[in-house]
Amino acid sequence: MDPTIAAILTLDGVGNGAIYALLALATVLLFAVTRVIFIPQGEFVAFGALTFAMLQQGNPVGSLWQRYGDLPGTLWLLALIALIAAAIDATRTWRLGQRRRARREALTTLALPTALVVLCVLSHPRSWPMLAQLLLTLAIVTPLGPLVYRLAYQRLADASVLVLLIVSVGVHFALTGLGLLFFGAEAFRNPPFWDARFSLGPLTLTGQSIIIFGSSAALIVLLWLFFERTLRGKALRATAVNRTGARLMGISPATAGRLSFTMAAFMGALSGLLIGPSTSVYYDSGFLIGLKGFVAAVFAGLASYPLAAVGALGVGIIESFASFSASAFKEVIVFTTILPVLLWRSLRDPHREEE
Amino acid sequence: MKLAPRRLLTIAIALLVLVLPLLPVPEFWITQLNLIGLYSIVALGLVLLTGVGGLTSFGQAAFVGVGAYSTAVLTTQFALSPWLGLLAGVVITVAIALVLAALTLRMSGHYLPLATIAWGLSLSYTMANVEGLGRYDGLLGIPALHLFGISLHDGRRMYLLIWAVALLAALATQRLLDSRPGRAIRALKGGAAMAEAMGISTYRYKVVIFVCAAVLAAISGWLFAHYQRAVNPTPFGLNRGIEYLFMAVLGGVGQVGGAFVGAGAVKLIEDKLQEWLPLLTGTNGNYEVIVFGVLIVLVLKYAPDGLWPAVSRLLERWLPLARRVIDWAHAARLPERGRPQAGDVLLQVQSVRKEFGGLVAVNDVSFELRAGEIVGLIGPNGAGKSTTFNLLTGTLALTRGSATFAGHTIAGLPARAIARLGVSRTFQHVKLLPEMTVLENVALGAHQRGRRGVLSAMLRTDRDEERRFFAEAQRQLERIGMGAQLHELAGNLPLGPQRLLEIARALCTDPVLLLLDEPAAGLRLQEKQALAAVLRQLKGEGISILLVEHDMDFVMGLTDRIVVMEFGTKLLEGTPAEVQASPAVRAAYLGTEH
Repeated sequence: MDPTIAAILTLDGVGNGAIYALLALATVLLFAVTRVIFIPQGEFVAFGALTFAMLQQGNPVGSLWQRYGDLPGTLWLLALIALIAAAIDATRTWRLGQRRRARREALTTLALPTALVVLCVLSHPRSWPMLAQLLLTLAIVTPLGPLVYRLAYQRLADASVLVLLIVSVGVHFALTGLGLLFFGAEAFRNPPFWDARFSLGPLTLTGQSIIIFGSSAALIVLLWLFFERTLRGKALRATAVNRTGARLMGISPATAGRLSFTMAAFMGALSGLLIGPSTSVYYDSGFLIGLKGFVAAVFAGLASYPLAAVGALGVGIIESFASFSASAFKEVIVFTTILPVLLWRSLRDPHREEE
Repeated sequence: MKLAPRRLLTIAIALLVLVLPLLPVPEFWITQLNLIGLYSIVALGLVLLTGVGGLTSFGQAAFVGVGAYSTAVLTTQFALSPWLGLLAGVVITVAIALVLAALTLRMSGHYLPLATIAWGLSLSYTMANVEGLGRYDGLLGIPALHLFGISLHDGRRMYLLIWAVALLAALATQRLLDSRPGRAIRALKGGAAMAEAMGISTYRYKVVIFVCAAVLAAISGWLFAHYQRAVNPTPFGLNRGIEYLFMAVLGGVGQVGGAFVGAGAVKLIEDKLQEWLPLLTGTNGNYEVIVFGVLIVLVLKYAPDGLWPAVSRLLERWLPLARRVIDWAHAARLPERGRPQAGDVLLQVQSVRKEFGGLVAVNDVSFELRAGEIVGLIGPNGAGKSTTFNLLTGTLALTRGSATFAGHTIAGLPARAIARLGVSRTFQHVKLLPEMTVLENVALGAHQRGRRGVLSAMLRTDRDEERRFFAEAQRQLERIGMGAQLHELAGNLPLGPQRLLEIARALCTDPVLLLLDEPAAGLRLQEKQALAAVLRQLKGEGISILLVEHDMDFVMGLTDRIVVMEFGTKLLEGTPAEVQASPAVRAAYLGTEH
């Protein structure tokens, strides 16, 4: 392999790695704050890419919702999940006799989804400018995060990591199936946001990859500022260090959970928008993409943000070299790297039973 | 031999299951039952791993795949016997399971499932891309099995073999759980620190159950390959791995019966969903995963023990579980270790220190204990008494200092190694297994005095040793006055008796030195007096005792010497009379006069 090819592959790998880094950071964040190992992180990626694709191109053949208009299936998915969450909350509060609070809670949960549905039905988002479509995509996918937390995890906040992990697998099943229902089985590939090309000697840097590097770096800086400089960020860090202690200081674990799931869904949706132009996305593609972020998060011991980012770049580079030299076994090679990673971790910090 | 009604019912059900294909049952149901049987074998492994052991795996379908592809390759491409295929599948499975276990099981419990996800995905991509494994088309033309000259080429004949294997696997699992290794396995979830203090290597038993579960999956794969006569990658993917786990969770993950209930329920629900959902959605697709996903979440939220407790309650009403029959009256005694000469230095503690960050919990404490002595360790709350205990027993790692026991350095050794030298302990916060009987909890203490393993347990060649364990457990329980509560569930006892149970369990380890952490807390006066009498009797037998206790009457009347600690530092050491007379001790407890 000559150095030029190696350089091209490395650049390619770093591009994908930057996206995996966002996913790895989201995984570490969720585990630290809620102890949830969130397998379905990748689903937000697919939902982000597909929502944007539908805003651009319309519905695919075979999706349940094609008959009901030209809007992305995620919109209806969001409405459905919000309705279920609102119904559960309202019933519970109603039974406690607090009818006014029940109504208020239901309205709060439903406000944003209803506004989005009304906005989309009344206007014609397919003719919107691209930037507006991107923002609309983020606005539709991000609220799925806290709703998923509310429905699947909130009541189980004190369960063991193992139980939460099995719940995650259940959520993954449900979201993949719903993805098929709302998006159909067809693949989408989004147009690049910026089709400029720059030559750097033998390398070509595309506008798309500049956008990927730029957004990943910006988001990482924003995350850092959030954790270091804001009260809410510090509250999340406190919850991650000691849940009971944080609770005694007035930080609600449910609020911390909702906030971290909102951030994770946002990062997932953004990754989906970034990866959409460089690969075909199916309703179930998110799983594999998310798992690559996962390998990086395991490399970081599900604890360290900088290590997670480094691991993600490593995964991206290994993947791009593997797809060059043994493309059929690309995934095998990427997922087998978890074995030496685990060996390294178990030698590095042998574990004492926590009880 | 008179059989308990519960066992008669089990045998009747097993016979009914086995004669079913002789009855005019439609072919459709034979096929369903064959698949349920195959799934149950895999789910049984998960009952052991997840329900009992508290670990989990999403990669069981991949082990099924190893079992199926091993025999498929050997029989179709090399024309070898299916039995060699079985052997190869099991050997490869064990090797893979050992590697995954060695990599992950020393770390927190969630690394194993993450590793199994990666391994499951890698295997399905490998199967789908390797030429010799037939890529996505898989391998065809796998021969039928022959057993005693009979060809098992159709579903009805294969049924017998599948269900015979499933029932034998269930029997073996049930037997394993009621044995020396079984008690250790049942301690993995929620009792690991206690098990280590009883000399049990919890790592070893985690590996054991992961390998057992993997082998069960591989056997199911072998049967599957010779039943379907063809293999392709689809049934061994990660989704099926998750479904297997769901079967175990839905059925009731801690119970052998739950594996069958769960496998049956999932298979039947899946069939119905595949029938109804396309009508509902108007399109074909893998929509049943939505229902399964939601069901997993609901089951874990509202019925974390699955469906089995409902079945179990019904059984309990009509056929109450028989008590363990006492058949160990004449069992030989377990081997006992020699006791040191009274008066020899047994435990020597030299400037041990424990720092938690900036906090010095134990500050260079030194003392010694001679064989046949009872030494008290007292001090106000937070003086570092329990931390000192944890340092001496290896439950916590010490920052500095040295400790020797009977000439062996014990500082820095893991808890189980210290326990094996003859140091046994009880815990300030009682650690027992609430779902096990008092007798079984105490027998756990004798673990290191036996050697029967998993195979002996499954084949029941361990009964002689088991009788000796239970005889010893009963003897120790009677000694501390709990002879009437042998068969009660430990979780149902009040706190006082739970503390006594811990002492009996510690005695079962055949200790030379006993470390008791607040043994008299929660006991009534008569019980305290009886306990003091037992401790004196133990002293007479040459056992040395170090105890932490707040009840001063108890301590002063019982101990030979007392070490007083305050704020992590040793304040004073002396006879009970000297300690009582000391103004420093009085100041530590009551404050100084100004």
